Amino acid sequence: MKKFDKDRLILGLAGPVLALVVAIVLTTVVLLASGTNPWEPYRIMFESASYVDVQVLIVNQAGTYYLAALAVAVGFRMNLFNIGVDGQYRLAAMMAALVGASVNLPGPFQIALIVLTAMLVGAFWSGIAGILKTTRGVSEVVSTIMLNSIATSLVAWLILPKNFGEQPAGSNNLTTGEIPKSGWFPGLSMGAEAGEIYGFTFVAALCGVIYWFVLGRTRFGFDLRATGASESAAQASGVDAKKMILTSMLISGAVAGLVGMPTLLGDSHTYSLDFPTGLGFTGITIALLGRNHPLGIAFSALLIAFLDKSSASLDQYGYEKEIATIMQGLIVISVVVSYELVRRYGLRRQQQKVGEELAAGGAIKTDADAESTSDKGAAL
Amino acid sequence: MRRITRIATVGVASAALALTATACGNTSSSDAASDSKEKSVAIAYDIGGRGDQSFNDAAYAGLAKAEKDLKIKGNDAEPSDGEADADKIQRLTELARSGNNPVIGVGFAYAPAIKKVAPKFPKTTFGIIDDSSVTGDNIANMVFNEEQGSYLAGVAAAKTTKSKTVGFIGGVETPLIKKFEAGYAQGVKDTDPSVKVLSQYLTQPPNFEGFSKPDLGKAAAQGQLDKKADVIYAAAGLAGSGSIEAVSTAGAGKWSIGVDSDQYAQAGLAQYKDSILTSATKDVSDAVYNLIKSVADGKPQGGEIRYGLDKEGVGLTDTNPAYVKMTEVTAAVDKAKQEIIDGKITVKTTP
Repeated sequence: MKKFDKDRLILGLAGPVLALVVAIVLTTVVLLASGTNPWEPYRIMFESASYVDVQVLIVNQAGTYYLAALAVAVGFRMNLFNIGVDGQYRLAAMMAALVGASVNLPGPFQIALIVLTAMLVGAFWSGIAGILKTTRGVSEVVSTIMLNSIATSLVAWLILPKNFGEQPAGSNNLTTGEIPKSGWFPGLSMGAEAGEIYGFTFVAALCGVIYWFVLGRTRFGFDLRATGASESAAQASGVDAKKMILTSMLISGAVAGLVGMPTLLGDSHTYSLDFPTGLGFTGITIALLGRNHPLGIAFSALLIAFLDKSSASLDQYGYEKEIATIMQGLIVISVVVSYELVRRYGLRRQQQKVGEELAAGGAIKTDADAESTSDKGAAL
Repeated sequence: MRRITRIATVGVASAALALTATACGNTSSSDAASDSKEKSVAIAYDIGGRGDQSFNDAAYAGLAKAEKDLKIKGNDAEPSDGEADADKIQRLTELARSGNNPVIGVGFAYAPAIKKVAPKFPKTTFGIIDDSSVTGDNIANMVFNEEQGSYLAGVAAAKTTKSKTVGFIGGVETPLIKKFEAGYAQGVKDTDPSVKVLSQYLTQPPNFEGFSKPDLGKAAAQGQLDKKADVIYAAAGLAGSGSIEAVSTAGAGKWSIGVDSDQYAQAGLAQYKDSILTSATKDVSDAVYNLIKSVADGKPQGGEIRYGLDKEGVGLTDTNPAYVKMTEVTAAVDKAKQEIIDGKITVKTTP
């Protein structure tokens, strides 16, 4: 059993490592092809990431990404592709900001109210796609993309001054009004120069633990993974697949609702036209790279946040900071390819091993083999 | 699997600790502070960055002019898509700490960041374009009366149209672009109440594609041409070039009105220029240059600096000879301009 674990660990790590190496090599080729120094940008990025203030930015960003990736991963484990995380979190953050700005409760209650609103709104928005899928068979890929656009229009309409938004005097921005101080989530100060780590970043980490526990340690999690692996098989063994689809869609949306919270509660304290966008899509990348595993996602979130933040200073040294964007794009492509390669290699290796054992006339370790094939999506 | 999770957890924890331990105390800006002998200035761009043929490029033009005329070094920094205030704060802090003065944020999105960064660098002047909500001793708010320039565009459109229908295309439906719409519509109505104004926005925030995708502008302009509009004013950044293209291919007698810079004179639009009647300009480059110069002269600007028709901060161009020949139109525009400057006409800022 012990030896088998090692194999799986190596195979599990091989995918991401291969992807990263390929991405770095290809990025270097791009740099060479464009006639720039291929090493200097990396050096600048690492140097920039050694500073505390950039590290704080990286950690904060990673916390936000982590939540987005968890929201996507919940769907992935269930074989659902929730592309709508982006719309869900934006609508959720906006509604939560509205509620937060119009109510003034004592500290913890105010925060709890805002967070709860965000989760409910996120779940509501993804639930629409869930209901469409379970009752009408509409692909969640299509419906969530459409719901993203609808969310954009809805937020744009709600934030108009004639509806619920306001335009501060002298500003060309629209906001939902500022959340009173009781609704500010305290952060962990890293010194006056470096800024603070959003308190909600720790909540994000906690969400990762809950994700791991619920999916790996509860009957519900088992049902969810089983339905994801094979809907008909799960149904045959007594799982209500439709209920599982709707439930996991709701959970995915509720987690998506949290994505805007680190920024809203820790920094901006209002939803405005320049609230961060696109986090849901980055979340898909990260969930893929992290293989839906809570630790894998954590590393991926840190990696992508590192690329984002450490590349910001490249501009000042005469390099294009889009280098990091290129690298992120390459990572996505190579992740998909390398995971497939590693999976095939693992399968072949397994068959080979079984063949050898058969040839040697030895006993077949049926239990171990069965486990590894049924669980290939969750290697590591 | 259990064991591995545990090992990995320990690994992560120790790696995280190691990372924090090695990095103690250093911030990116504390190292950069030393090399600030040479005079330098910096601008931080809005969404789109340099090369948007519009707003950011206008700011860059001001910086480039200052580099040439005042012999100072110009730095610039681009934003990432969908970034948060924290990133903008980081960018401005880095620019200010490395000795740039002034540091200019292009666009209202920089307001929250400047509010936080400016008090930390009392000796540095911070400029912000399109916002006067953040104030401070070392903050210069450069704002424009876009509605006045657009009013003149409306006058010109109402005087030129034969079909009694004119169009307005806004890039993204933000309060800023609504000022363009408001001024334009008022200018049209004041000149000829019988002219119909078709109004359309390309996208809703936070989808800012309406400033960057020419195909959106083209489709919208096509739609308005089909509804008999024969003068179309597009305030849509790069997307506006699509509208200009559509109007130009629709044939003679259809006119575009450009925005922000003199689009008749822009090299990228040269093949359509005959149909560009005029442009409602917004002189961002001059505003940037003036602020840099004032700091270089030792008398930094501060507070609200408003660029209206009276200071030529906004206006209507007359580079197209065909437009100059329409004496009736230009006379009406000149009259309206004088009346706005004299305060006889007040232009609304919301539609």
